[in-house]
Amino acid sequence: MKHKTIFMAALLLIAGLTLSGVAAAQNTIKVGILHSLSGTMAISETTLKDTILMMIDAQNKKGGLLGKKLEAVVVDPASNWPLFAEKAAQLLEKDKVAVVFGCWTSVSRKSVLPVFEKDNGLLFYPVQYEGEESSKNVIYTGAAPNQQAIPAVDYLMKEVGVKRWVLEGTDYVYPRTTNKILEAYLLSKGVKSEDISINYTPFGYSDWQTRVAAIKKFGSAGKKTAVVSTINGDANVPFYKELGNQKISAEDIPVVAFSVGEEELSGLDAKPLVGHLAAWNYFESISNPANKTFIDQWHAYIKNPKRTTNDPMEAHYIGFNLWVKAVQKAGTTDVEKVLAALPGLETPNLTGGVAQLLPNHHITKPVYIGEVRADGQFDVVWKTTGTVPGDAWSDFLPGSKNITADWVTLKCGNYNTTTKKCSGQNYQ
Amino acid sequence: MKEHLRRGGHWLLFLLLVLWGARVADAQSSTDATFLSTLGELREAAFVDKEAIIDKLSQSGHPSIHAVLTAFLEDRLYFRNEDQKVFLVKTTEGDLASFDLIDPVSLKNAGAEVPDKLTKIGTNNRLRRVLRTSVARFGLSSPDLSVRLEAVRDMMRALDDANVDLLRERKNIETDSAVRKEIDTGLALAALDGTDPRGRMDAITVLSGSLSQDARNKLAALVDKNAEGNFVETDEQVRKAAQAAIEHIDQWRSFYSAIQTLFFGLSLGSVLVLVAIGLAITFGVMGVINMAHGELMMIGAYTTYVVQIAMPGHSGTSILISIPAAFIVAGVTGIFIERTIIRFLYGRPLETLLATFGVSLFLQQLVRSIFSALNRAVETPEWMSGTLQLNEALGITYNRLYIVIFTLLVFAALLLVLKRTRLGLEIRAVSQNRAMARALGVRSEWVDAMTFGLGSGIAGLAGVALSQLTNVGPNLGQSYIIDSFMVVVFGGVGSLWGALIGGMSMGIINNLLEPYAGAVLAKIFVLVALILFIQIRPRGLFPQTGRSAENS
Repeated sequence: MKHKTIFMAALLLIAGLTLSGVAAAQNTIKVGILHSLSGTMAISETTLKDTILMMIDAQNKKGGLLGKKLEAVVVDPASNWPLFAEKAAQLLEKDKVAVVFGCWTSVSRKSVLPVFEKDNGLLFYPVQYEGEESSKNVIYTGAAPNQQAIPAVDYLMKEVGVKRWVLEGTDYVYPRTTNKILEAYLLSKGVKSEDISINYTPFGYSDWQTRVAAIKKFGSAGKKTAVVSTINGDANVPFYKELGNQKISAEDIPVVAFSVGEEELSGLDAKPLVGHLAAWNYFESISNPANKTFIDQWHAYIKNPKRTTNDPMEAHYIGFNLWVKAVQKAGTTDVEKVLAALPGLETPNLTGGVAQLLPNHHITKPVYIGEVRADGQFDVVWKTTGTVPGDAWSDFLPGSKNITADWVTLKCGNYNTTTKKCSGQNYQ
Repeated sequence: MKEHLRRGGHWLLFLLLVLWGARVADAQSSTDATFLSTLGELREAAFVDKEAIIDKLSQSGHPSIHAVLTAFLEDRLYFRNEDQKVFLVKTTEGDLASFDLIDPVSLKNAGAEVPDKLTKIGTNNRLRRVLRTSVARFGLSSPDLSVRLEAVRDMMRALDDANVDLLRERKNIETDSAVRKEIDTGLALAALDGTDPRGRMDAITVLSGSLSQDARNKLAALVDKNAEGNFVETDEQVRKAAQAAIEHIDQWRSFYSAIQTLFFGLSLGSVLVLVAIGLAITFGVMGVINMAHGELMMIGAYTTYVVQIAMPGHSGTSILISIPAAFIVAGVTGIFIERTIIRFLYGRPLETLLATFGVSLFLQQLVRSIFSALNRAVETPEWMSGTLQLNEALGITYNRLYIVIFTLLVFAALLLVLKRTRLGLEIRAVSQNRAMARALGVRSEWVDAMTFGLGSGIAGLAGVALSQLTNVGPNLGQSYIIDSFMVVVFGGVGSLWGALIGGMSMGIINNLLEPYAGAVLAKIFVLVALILFIQIRPRGLFPQTGRSAENS
């Protein structure tokens, strides 16, 4: 008898625990965060994880979403591209998250793409990338080439008078595609092919002396020369150091970089870099009430007043707010309904403008060119008037000229306007 | 009457003097006012308009113009937000709570202000270039030789009539031959645009002795044809001279560029040698495949960083102190690893490999936990940055030069230790015949620990050098571990001379190939060549002979 009571009590306890667990699960909305917290990309991606955690925290303080609290599910794909796909499947199939914020490198995005399309998930991707893609299940809040690379080249051509170009990149998909687009663009603007030099170096390259000497030689032919750098991450520090040591100043041969931001500069002595350029859609130094609030919020959350903010963080800020608005509009976190609600939504960005989500799943962004200051921040020297709509398929590549993406009317990410055919979501 | 007149004259003169004086003062204050208002325009102007304002300012001839433009160039020109007054700031270096202000007209101290209440008047690259040439004119009469030389070079970028006149004036009073030569080149470049063929001819004679790329470009433009297919230079004689001068310059430039490539190869090679000789000891002498060798370098690099933040503002001294510090820290870590792990695994290479690989992951994560995953900035001291400009065509970067020297010193010191000290004798004895050495009273366990510590300490030294070349981060070691094994295998396991010759030749081969094949392919070629080489000579360049060779 006594045994039976204990047994019954235990059973009740277990049942109660299970039930309360289920009830708790129903009262929260799960948000997946898929950023590397270890390995080579941890440097950049950990910050983005913290950004989303901060946004979730703030949203919960405002009372959550649809009357429920948001719950973060953080996984660590460890800078390992196949592991990204595994962790994405875990988030979507096991944890059943409503949305995922994640990825940095293009190769990690390409790796999770099939998973998101198969499980019909929703991914917000916050980093500038090479374009040539538009998936139903991905919202691209980073810059497409026409929102970063092309305006930067325009600036150098028109404002600085550059006639000769070095396209220097790390050897992987983003620099190769971007440089292909840039080369086509420069040739279309009448630049001669002997005035363009393209070169690739491996990840983490550090012996820059020969390359920099070659750039110096290429740049001393009497025409104004600039370097367009798609050099990624770690390799930048020795590159800029060597530029400084070989006395190549920004006044002679400016280097415009697409992956060097405040976060990267905080890890190095910025003095030899002063005057070199970066093209982004956001700079921490842009003075604006919204930006000030965001920076203060970040410093308070991370408990370190020296931490910088950067462009992909702003992209996550925009993406998170867009998602919240879409969920509120749809009244549910169901991916289909949220995806239907998303296009056309607007949310303020951190630079005083408005970001609108376009039918091709990209957003409108202003473009800024900044010069590096000695303290590792940027002085804005040029900006676009108004915002630039993101173009998924570059108009300067023969293969993608006739392709458009439209998830509202055409319901297609890869629509050929001449053959009137939709050939799936991806380019290759 | 006469007396009266004279007195009246005095008065009149006095009156006139007073009036004249007032006018001078008035004129002075009016130029001050224009100067200030022109300066004030900088606050709101776009970059293009700022250029015109700078021109206006430099033509004003105001006595404080040099100071103002220099401050503008160095980002020290600010205005106060509340009254919109423009000030120079004495210095912005360091974390200052308030900036000391200087009045732009009188150049006297004008109090201090918190940075938040000031707005910087920004410059961009183009503007800085304009400012640099404007400021250069003042530097022309500086007593400092290097300032004068720099000033002439800056002015050569914009050879307008005003600058040419200034250079010509300076030439007559200049005493230093290097500056005179530079001025001659500048004047000759300007003279190439002249109308007199004889003047152009003389200019070519001057320029043919120069190695500067500017001179070459300018000469090449002369022999080029313009859009209509006619030569830019009409005089055939001048054209021929120009052609000859170009060939002369090209010949010398390609000669110097070959020397430069050789130096690049040596410097890459010395980095390889430095990372490999530590391994040549642990792997070569002891036979331990130490996968954590790269992480010991990383520890050396982080030691440099810690020493540097411990003594802020002394980056030059701190790098010298971090050399012994890194040797000790990495060496002690090495001994610790040997005592706790490796000594149990002697004679089992596969287990050693796995265990040390585990140690390397552990050390990486340890560093990540202590210093975060972000790269740390190690400042390069003043005397290690910049280029030793041997002539216009050949420059050698100081940091590479010091690393070549450092490598040779470390190598020599290591040879001395192995050949001339008791420890060295014991290391060699144990590595050749352990049993016999023990029988003769050598404490072989102690020698093992010291040998491993020595190899690890040298890895730490390599870390100090690498901190000046690349990122100080948790992944620093991984990028060099493969290279260092390659060097040791190529040079011959156990041979220090092999590591030296092997590293240097790999560096040179890599740099010879790189301009043609690209960085990725060059590396692949070197690897393939190495594999083929090992097929022919499995024991490397300098195979070990004698008893120890038979054992392995």
